[in-house]
Amino acid sequence: MQLTLEFGGGLELLCNSVKIHTVDVEPKAEEKKLTMKHLLSWVHTNLIKERPEMFLKGDTVRPGVLVLINDCDWELSGQLDTVLEDKDVVVFISTLHGG
Amino acid sequence: MDSNGVSSASDIRREIASLEAAKAQIEDRISTLQAQLSNCSSNGRAKEEIEENRFSAPSPTETISDGQLSADMIYRYSRHLLLPSFGVEAQANLLKASVLVIGAGGLGSPALLYLAACGVGRVGIVDHDVVELNNLHRQIIHTEAYIGRSKVESAAAACRAINSTVQIVEHKEAFRTSNAVEIMSKYDIVVDATDNVPSRYMISDCCVVLGKPLISGAALGLEGQLTVYNYNGGPCYRCLFPTPPPTTACQRCADSGVLGVVPGIIGCLQALEAIKVAGAIGEPLSGRMLLFDALSARIRIVKIRGRSLQCEACGENTTLTPQKFRDFDYEKFTQSPLSTSPLKLNLLPTNARITSKEYNERNIKGEAHVLVDVRPSHHYKIISLPKSLNIPLASLEARLWEISAALGRDEGDKTENDGSSASLYVICRRGNDSQRAVEYLHKMGFTSAKDIVGGLESWANDVDPKFPTY
Ligand SMILES: [Zn+2]
Repeated sequence: MQLTLEFGGGLELLCNSVKIHTVDVEPKAEEKKLTMKHLLSWVHTNLIKERPEMFLKGDTVRPGVLVLINDCDWELSGQLDTVLEDKDVVVFISTLHGG
Repeated sequence: MDSNGVSSASDIRREIASLEAAKAQIEDRISTLQAQLSNCSSNGRAKEEIEENRFSAPSPTETISDGQLSADMIYRYSRHLLLPSFGVEAQANLLKASVLVIGAGGLGSPALLYLAACGVGRVGIVDHDVVELNNLHRQIIHTEAYIGRSKVESAAAACRAINSTVQIVEHKEAFRTSNAVEIMSKYDIVVDATDNVPSRYMISDCCVVLGKPLISGAALGLEGQLTVYNYNGGPCYRCLFPTPPPTTACQRCADSGVLGVVPGIIGCLQALEAIKVAGAIGEPLSGRMLLFDALSARIRIVKIRGRSLQCEACGENTTLTPQKFRDFDYEKFTQSPLSTSPLKLNLLPTNARITSKEYNERNIKGEAHVLVDVRPSHHYKIISLPKSLNIPLASLEARLWEISAALGRDEGDKTENDGSSASLYVICRRGNDSQRAVEYLHKMGFTSAKDIVGGLESWANDVDPKFPTY
C-alpha cells in the first residue's frame, strides 16, 4: 500500500536529508494488516542511512520523537499496534529545544 | 599611528564604546522618566511601588476605573476594541493579566515586544545572559548599543519604550529550581522561550506545581514548534515526553544554526497564544501542536495526546510538590546542562594535544606538517586557516588516504608512521571534534596526530584576534 512518510526536526538527516518519502510497503506475508510496528522496522531497513539509535530505541521510537498518523498523535490510535491504511501520512518529528 | 594628535583606531573605538554606553544610559533614564510622566498625568493618586520594579508605571487595575478604560487606553488600544471577537472585555482582561517570559532571546524578543505593545498589565522577563553581536540577527528586541549588557535590561528598556503603561519586571538571573517557584507564582501565564532541555522540563513542572498555563515554543534551523501545556485539563510537557531525549539528539542554535525569522515567527505565535489565554478568547493551542517548516512553507497542526494519568508531574499518582520540585536535579535527569555553554571534552592525554600558540610557533619555524580541519564543509567555507585540509569528521574514515597522501607516504604503512617526517595536527571549531578525530587517527595508526586545544576559537583568542569567530 502507498504511504507518505515525513521526517522533521532533524530526523531527515538520518535519511539523506530527504524529508518526504512516498513509499510502497506491504504487510508481512503471514499478517494481513500493516501495523506501525512493521512500518518502523521497514523504515529502519529501507530509509535510515545512519545512526539508527537516533530514530529507534528497542522496538519503538526513541524518547523525544513524536509519531503522527494523519496529523494525530499515535498514542491516540494504539502506538505500535496502529493498523495503517492506503494513503496514510505518517510523520516522525524530533522535538526541538532551541530558541 | 602618527604623532599629529590624530587618534588611533583603537582610541576611536574606545570613545565610540564609551559614548554608546552613555547614550544607552540616557535612553534608559528617558524611558523611566516617560513612564513616570505618563503615570502622573493619567492618574494623580500615589502609587505603591511593586517590589522588583524600579519604575512606577501605573498598575493595570488603577487604570481601569469602574470597569472603564481611560481615554488614553481607549485611544491606544482602539484597534483591539474595534474587533468584535476581542473588544473591551478581552482588552480589560489583558490589562489585568501578568505574563512571565523566560528567555529574552530569539523567541522571547518578538513575544515580549507584542506582549508589551498589546497592553498586558505586567510582564516579567527572566534571563541571565548578556547581549552579543551574534544574537542580533534574531533577537530583535536588542540593539547594538546594548552589546555586552544584560539582555533583561535591554529587553525591558525596549518594552518600556513601546508602552510605558505596562509594568515591566526585571529578573536578571537564571531560572533555577531555587528561584522558580518564587518568581513564577507572581504571574498568571508563563511563556517558555528558553533554549535547552532541562529548562523545558523544569518550567513545565513548575507550571504544574503552581497551576499556570505554559505557552511553549521552540525553533532550530528552519523549523519551529508551538503548543500550550497545562491548560484547561490539557497535557503537560512530561505527558508528551516522559523520558528525556538522548543528549546527542539535542542540537543547539550555536552549533546547528537558525534562520533568524524562524524563532521570530514562533515567538509571535507564542505572544498570540498568551494573548488568547490572558484575554480569554478563542481556542488556545492546547492538546494540539503547530509544526512549522520554513523551507517548504508548511504549517501542520496536529492533535496530540491528552493529559496522561500516569504522568509523573500531573498524573493521578503524582508526588510532585513545591519541595520535591526544588530538590529535583534537572541537569542530571536530562544529562545536559541548564546553561548553554558549549561542551568541553577532554578525551586525550596531554602529549596528544598542543595549544594554538604552540602550533603557531611551530608553523612559523617552518615545521613540516599537515593540518586537518575536521569541521563540516559549510563551516570550512565560512573561514579556515591557510593550507589546512578539510576532511569533515563524518567522512574521516573514508578519506584517511588523503591524510596519508598529504603526509607524503603510502597508505599501506600506517603502522610505521612515527618515522614520517611531517607532523599531523587536527583542528575544529572548539576542540571537541578534533579530539574525537585524533582518538580515531591514533587507533588507525596515525599515532603522532595531535589536536589543537580549543580549536579555531582559541586561535582567535590567543594567536590572531582578527581571526573571525562565529
Ligand atoms: Zn503531565
